[in-house]
Amino acid sequence: MSARDKILAKLRAAPAQPLASPDASITTHYASLPRTAKDKLAQEFAEKITAWHAEVHTVPRSQWVDKARTIVADKGIATLLYAPATAHGKELAASGIAGLKAYDQPIEAWKQEMFDGIDAAITGTRGAIAETGTMILWPDADEPRLMSLVPPIHIALVDADAILPTLYDAITTQGWSKGLPTNALLVTGPSKTADIQQTLAYGAHGPKELIVLLLTGEAQ
Amino acid sequence: MTTQPMQFVPGSEFKRRAAEVVANPFLRKSFRGAMDFLIAKRAAQFPDPELLERQRTLAEEIRRYSLSRLPALLEQLEANLVKNGVKVHWAENPDEANAIILGICRQHDARLMVKGKSMVSEEVELNHAMDAAGIEALESDMGEYIVQLAGEKPSHIIMPAIHKTKQDIAKLFAEKVPGVSYTEDVDALIQVGRDVLRKKFMDADIGLSGVNFAVAETGSLCLVENEGNGRMCTTVPNVHIAITGIEKVVEKLEHVVPLYGLLTRSATGQAITTYFNVITGPRREGEKDGPREMHLVLVDNGRTQAYADEQLRQTLQCIRCGACMNHCPVYTRIGGHAYGTTYPGPIGEIISPHMMGLAATHVLPGASTLCGACGEVCPVKIPIPDLLIRLREEATHEAKPGHAPLVGQGAGKTTFASLAFKGFAFLYSRPALYRLFAWGATRFRFLTPSNQAGWTATRTPLKPAAKSLRDLLAERRIDERKSC
Repeated sequence: MSARDKILAKLRAAPAQPLASPDASITTHYASLPRTAKDKLAQEFAEKITAWHAEVHTVPRSQWVDKARTIVADKGIATLLYAPATAHGKELAASGIAGLKAYDQPIEAWKQEMFDGIDAAITGTRGAIAETGTMILWPDADEPRLMSLVPPIHIALVDADAILPTLYDAITTQGWSKGLPTNALLVTGPSKTADIQQTLAYGAHGPKELIVLLLTGEAQ
Repeated sequence: MTTQPMQFVPGSEFKRRAAEVVANPFLRKSFRGAMDFLIAKRAAQFPDPELLERQRTLAEEIRRYSLSRLPALLEQLEANLVKNGVKVHWAENPDEANAIILGICRQHDARLMVKGKSMVSEEVELNHAMDAAGIEALESDMGEYIVQLAGEKPSHIIMPAIHKTKQDIAKLFAEKVPGVSYTEDVDALIQVGRDVLRKKFMDADIGLSGVNFAVAETGSLCLVENEGNGRMCTTVPNVHIAITGIEKVVEKLEHVVPLYGLLTRSATGQAITTYFNVITGPRREGEKDGPREMHLVLVDNGRTQAYADEQLRQTLQCIRCGACMNHCPVYTRIGGHAYGTTYPGPIGEIISPHMMGLAATHVLPGASTLCGACGEVCPVKIPIPDLLIRLREEATHEAKPGHAPLVGQGAGKTTFASLAFKGFAFLYSRPALYRLFAWGATRFRFLTPSNQAGWTATRTPLKPAAKSLRDLLAERRIDERKSC
């Protein structure tokens, strides 16, 4: 008998205790909580993620590339990693921002450069969560996983219209269970640790800085 | 890199270690300070006690439901992971788990494994097995890295290096990391760890991680972390091996949400962690990064013993937040190492007997004042004090009829204690004899010795009262009659 069969047999031999699914309780619980009004979601998200040590810039959708250009200049970013096949990647490519580096080949071909030669990466998001100030990242073949992890600065584009009140809303309304990528991610601020004497330090292993471009419909 | 062998602590050894820490004012201050900090941070996350109670009830319901369907959920998880391209392995004990992982390493001629935080890997002493096989297994969580560099084991499940001051760490880095000079600046110290470990992430053949929640319906593994080392371990190396206990599975992604919200708030008083990582398989066709191969090792190691009993099964509801140890007056005074187990504190006292047997752990359920704090803060409502009492009983008695004996059942039984309790029962169930005893004890109280073996080592001697309760009540009755 394999370890698998032995473990399952022991579990099956234990007293059975059929219990009802908690689905209804979960739905009721989240329905009972106060919800942020739709027009306040972007503000709540911006406040919360700022408290998590992110830098937030609210910009009209049509002007984000210029904002990105300013940030690249201000931060002295010499190499900016981007995803060339995405819509925002194409806009960047057309922008003429200096130092753009396309993530267009498997990591094995340029691992050393990724770790040592990239100052920042810019990615899109699949929305955000107001309650906790959290971004939803949905890496794929076009915009790979390491972009939001290895470079010391991560610049993320968040569409103000794609902000949801809670994680529960995100998972249910975006239908996560119907098709997950290899690595769905929630990101709330730059990498951090408090493992040395409970003292908070940023940039433990991932990005030291997180810059959020919050894209809105009209000029503000 | 040296790793400490897993060593269980026999009764006397536990007491010796505990006494050592209690006598060390620096360690006590360090633990007290850290626990006060964590207690305050958690409390700030739960301003509304009624809401907290509703959240705990919901979390308990989810965990109890998941456990009630455990074998079916494990099979569903396995089937969906396999569909997603993940290889699933099962291990009954630490040796089997280590053999599986070593086998995968050998297939890939691996020389370096980077590890994200995994308490189950501590539980099976993976580092030791890897060391013996000549493969470097490097911890990459900052706290774990520090503890490994010092040749120690974690003293807390969430904050492994909580027993160390920044001065300790400054000294450790200056001694052990080439080219690093002494600095107490925490940012600089973290930068040292970052630089060392980034090279290792790049070079590693294998990335190992734990699992916070395994989702059966989608075949996903959820990882909760702040540092990003978990993401490094699960994304950069060519092979990712996840290891977890069989109890971590839940049915749906929706079931994770309430548990995750309570986990981070209970553990470190954070509303959310920096990263929540949902991994659903290895690199897919056309993707440019991520591991090409992925494994999950499901470990039993005594969990099926807890599962077999409906009361003890509640132990497996645990989501490993550590709140019970943060709030435990015993843990706060003796720290994590005194226990000698992978999981210290109240949760360690109730889970270690299943993992290591009662022969090795029978003193642990006694290392509690039964104040109830652990049960009160537990986000999934494990009745820890009840389970402590139950295990004290199992440690000192034969199994009840109809119950299978636990491993090491009755190992804590001593002739002295049995006789003492027999004497107690004899005396206290015979009113005439008891009255005689109470009469004698109060009249001859001057005869009680001032040296009462272990008791008076740290306490004042016990002495019967001048008057027994019966005497006092009798006097009161007379007084009342007089005043009427």
